[in-house]
Amino acid sequence: MSDTGIGARVKRKEDHRFITGKGQYTDDINLKDQTYAYFVRSPYAHATIKSIKIPKWKPEDGVVGVFTGDHVAEDKIGGLICGWMIHSKDGSPMKAGPHPILAQGKVRYVGDHVAVVVAESKEQAKAAAARINVSYGELPHVVDAAKAAKSAAQIHDVAPNNTVFEWSLGDKTATDAAFSRAHHVTKLDIVNNRLIPNAMEPRAAIGSWDAGNDHYTLYTTSQNPHVARLVISAFHGLAPEHKLRVIAPDVGGGFGSKIFIYAEEVVCVWASKRIGGRPIKWTAERTESFLADAHGRDHVTHAELAMDAQGRILGLKCHTIAGMGAYLSTFASCVPTYLYATLLSGQYAIPAIYAEVDAVYTNTAPVDAYRGAGRPEATYVVERIVETAAREMKIDPAEFRRRNFVKSFPHQTPVIMTYDAGDYDASLEKALEIADYRGFAQRKAAAAKKGKLRGIGFANYIEACGIAPSAAVGSLGAGVGLWESAEVRVNPVGTVEILTGSHSHGQGHETTFAQLVSDRLGVDINTVSIVHGDTDKVQFGMGTYGSRSGAVGMTAIAKALDKVEAKAKKVAAHVMEAAEGDIEFKNGTFSVKGTDKKMAFGEVALAAYVAHKFPTSEIEPGLKESAFHDPTNFTFPAGCHICEVEIDRDTGVTEIVNWTAVDDFGTVINPMIVEGQVHGGITQGVGQALTEGCVYDPDSGQLITGSYMDYCMPRASDVPSFKLDFTETKCPSNPLGMKGCGEAGAIAAPAAVMNAVTDALGVRDLPMPASPHTVWKALHATKMAAE
Amino acid sequence: MDNFNYHRPSKPADAAKAMKKAKDGKFMSGGMTLLPTMKQGLASPTDIIDLGGLKNSGVTAAAAKVVVKAGTVHADVASDKGVKKAIPALAKLASGIGDPHVRNRGTIGGSIANNDPAADYPAAVVGLGATVQTSARKIPGDKFFTGMFETALKSDEIVSAVEFPVPKRAAYVKFPNPASRYAMVGVMVAELKDGSVRVAVTGAGPKVFRVPEMEKALQAKFSADAIAGIQVKAKGLNSDIHASPEYRAHLVNVLARRAVAAAK
Repeated sequence: MSDTGIGARVKRKEDHRFITGKGQYTDDINLKDQTYAYFVRSPYAHATIKSIKIPKWKPEDGVVGVFTGDHVAEDKIGGLICGWMIHSKDGSPMKAGPHPILAQGKVRYVGDHVAVVVAESKEQAKAAAARINVSYGELPHVVDAAKAAKSAAQIHDVAPNNTVFEWSLGDKTATDAAFSRAHHVTKLDIVNNRLIPNAMEPRAAIGSWDAGNDHYTLYTTSQNPHVARLVISAFHGLAPEHKLRVIAPDVGGGFGSKIFIYAEEVVCVWASKRIGGRPIKWTAERTESFLADAHGRDHVTHAELAMDAQGRILGLKCHTIAGMGAYLSTFASCVPTYLYATLLSGQYAIPAIYAEVDAVYTNTAPVDAYRGAGRPEATYVVERIVETAAREMKIDPAEFRRRNFVKSFPHQTPVIMTYDAGDYDASLEKALEIADYRGFAQRKAAAAKKGKLRGIGFANYIEACGIAPSAAVGSLGAGVGLWESAEVRVNPVGTVEILTGSHSHGQGHETTFAQLVSDRLGVDINTVSIVHGDTDKVQFGMGTYGSRSGAVGMTAIAKALDKVEAKAKKVAAHVMEAAEGDIEFKNGTFSVKGTDKKMAFGEVALAAYVAHKFPTSEIEPGLKESAFHDPTNFTFPAGCHICEVEIDRDTGVTEIVNWTAVDDFGTVINPMIVEGQVHGGITQGVGQALTEGCVYDPDSGQLITGSYMDYCMPRASDVPSFKLDFTETKCPSNPLGMKGCGEAGAIAAPAAVMNAVTDALGVRDLPMPASPHTVWKALHATKMAAE
Repeated sequence: MDNFNYHRPSKPADAAKAMKKAKDGKFMSGGMTLLPTMKQGLASPTDIIDLGGLKNSGVTAAAAKVVVKAGTVHADVASDKGVKKAIPALAKLASGIGDPHVRNRGTIGGSIANNDPAADYPAAVVGLGATVQTSARKIPGDKFFTGMFETALKSDEIVSAVEFPVPKRAAYVKFPNPASRYAMVGVMVAELKDGSVRVAVTGAGPKVFRVPEMEKALQAKFSADAIAGIQVKAKGLNSDIHASPEYRAHLVNVLARRAVAAAK
């Protein structure tokens, strides 16, 4: 291993730029004659719009234009789409209600976009927006997913009972049969709490129309600018793709929330033409992020697990109500279906599984993919019920898992997925050792002496990521393929530019992708630059989400690098007057087998561009290759997280005192960055388990947790120093053997924490977040019952 | 934020004059509450009278009392050697207000004049038996806080200093709101030099309040056990998504016991 190649702890190349404030985020960019947008948003959860009164503006108001749904309709601008078709059990397609970029006649959640004011300054736009008088007629509303189907609110005409779809996966008959043979059945009702993403950089957009070329440019905080261009072009009908450039410059975190195409960015680019081509900038205020970013999770689940007398799992049944919010966001429908129920087998050989998912509209912000997207929800169901089953059957939870692990690969689950490689025993055993599982009883006793309740909890998660094979996702309803593209441009002096369809918004691609190039071409990592996030530079790409940039994006780069090497060998053979088959390439040097003839990579690059010494009729000048990569399977990272907590009986405060994570991500490119991903993921999951929870007021439909005064993000002091380790089984579906690590921590953590908290308290379940108040209520209830 | 007239008087009398003239004036000290409120459009005063021009800050700590001038920022109280020695509980309380930004801009005068029900300083003023010195008079701490965001101050009256008698021992224990870090419940317990005991609670109710039963029990015996069985009534306490009145009532007892144990 070189000190900058695969496996090296290379410091992040991009960090100097970021920590010195030299990043270029969308809001840092200012275009000539720029104007500013401010959105008029609905103060009601559900209402008709009776009228919109726009005052007569004076010059000092600085208003350039005000646009409403009527203008959108006039220009025939299409609505926001959901790009994944789900069919109900009865074969009917999902009921997708219209989602106009500015409301047309009706608003469906607090924060819904009603009108936009474009003005000379941000302050003027905001002040003018406050003077627009919208008259609403309130309608009945519902914010609770579990109550949506029976609510008096009728959110979309196309969706009776607010039901988007009633979907199922698995074999009901076989599962019922398995339950009929059961020695023991464990039942659990659990809620996967709704979350608000909170990327550090709020969403922002600048739209501009170039009258001379009838061409649009959109700067936006996107995880996948090419998909944004495709959707804005094909569905909103704003401009054909060659007349629309989408740039996602530095992006400050996404966690899924910036995958989606939102109304605000489409409005900015559309309205720019309406005002004669002046650019329009919009940057979300933090309040708008809370109100109008796509939220995550929001599942209400009843699950049952059937076991034989030895604690071997016979079957799993599960019914989930998934809140979708008021509209179907870009990929919303696949999250509680194919990204969720397909993982309900966990790490276990479960012969029969049957899952039903009812997706419902509520008068809340749309819900879509959020770090883990479906897999945290699945892991939460599986790992909570497995832990509960082990407790009920009085089998050690580690042993219970061990008995049920998938042991041979490939393994076909009853819910679509074929696990390709893994060693779940290995990660469990290593984690037990690091966590000193044997010493737990002693630590619990010591804690009790201090008046603390100590608990331990496992999460043996698996996830499917590196999404994924285009044909597979297509057969499941995806509107797009999920391959990735790459282009390797070698400059005449031997420096390298990698153009990738992946997008970095915190992942560190500028470092890890360069490590791959350094490893393969033997060049200095500082001679490699990574180009991404601009549809004019990179031909096409599917973007970054679902922990796919390594397994899919880097594999595309690796394939293009293979082509570069092959061509460079041809050039080198001619220059060194040798047979192509005799050229060897190692550590950045081309040499002729059995001789001392050699050329450095840079020399071959120059020779390729100078093109003096090879027949250009046979070999084209230049050194630039591209590749598309479509994998043959998802990848299946898995691991074992063990959390230990201590609970203060007096206050209900939960302290995480130990955390062990042993993950199998296949090949690790940069352990430092991977550890950072695990730290961040766990912390996000701890947030879900202990501090975060989106609360809408059922009576008013208002978002109560609309700021950091009430929405509690996890802090550094909420997490311990993590003990991380890895096991490694190579992923067979990509040549680098990578699996992906971006979401694992967030997938594993909530179940690990809640298993530990319920263990400490001796209760079956507790709602997340297990805030001090929630824990105290449980302690208080136990005390009351005892008295 | 709407436009407003800005004044920065250098004398208290001028500040009062500016306030009298203003249609809807507001005194601003550190601005740590007022400015965010204005940014959110929840307050829209016509005139801001910035008290920073009065240059009224500083701490004097003597054996009998600690005097904190109204414009003193929390960080200065927290780090003042005299305060740390005379009333460590006061220094600790100041060190836990808000975040470093707030502690370096927010002032004691601004905090008590605003009287946020979850602010920390009211617990110190009442719990330590302090006296509030204003531009017009001296107001006993017990009479200063009259209701939620309400004080005994007249509209043009300005806090000039707070005088804290040095107690025999005291401690402040706070249970921060998990999200905002304001006091969900904060309890100051002090045994004064005259032998009287004060227990003042912030965050739990609409305004700071004392717990006479605990004070009586502690006066008899200053130990955590003495108040183990004394619960405040949940009725009337604050209720929000973070804590029910019952939980707050429970925490008052827990924190009071911890404060007694920590008092020095």
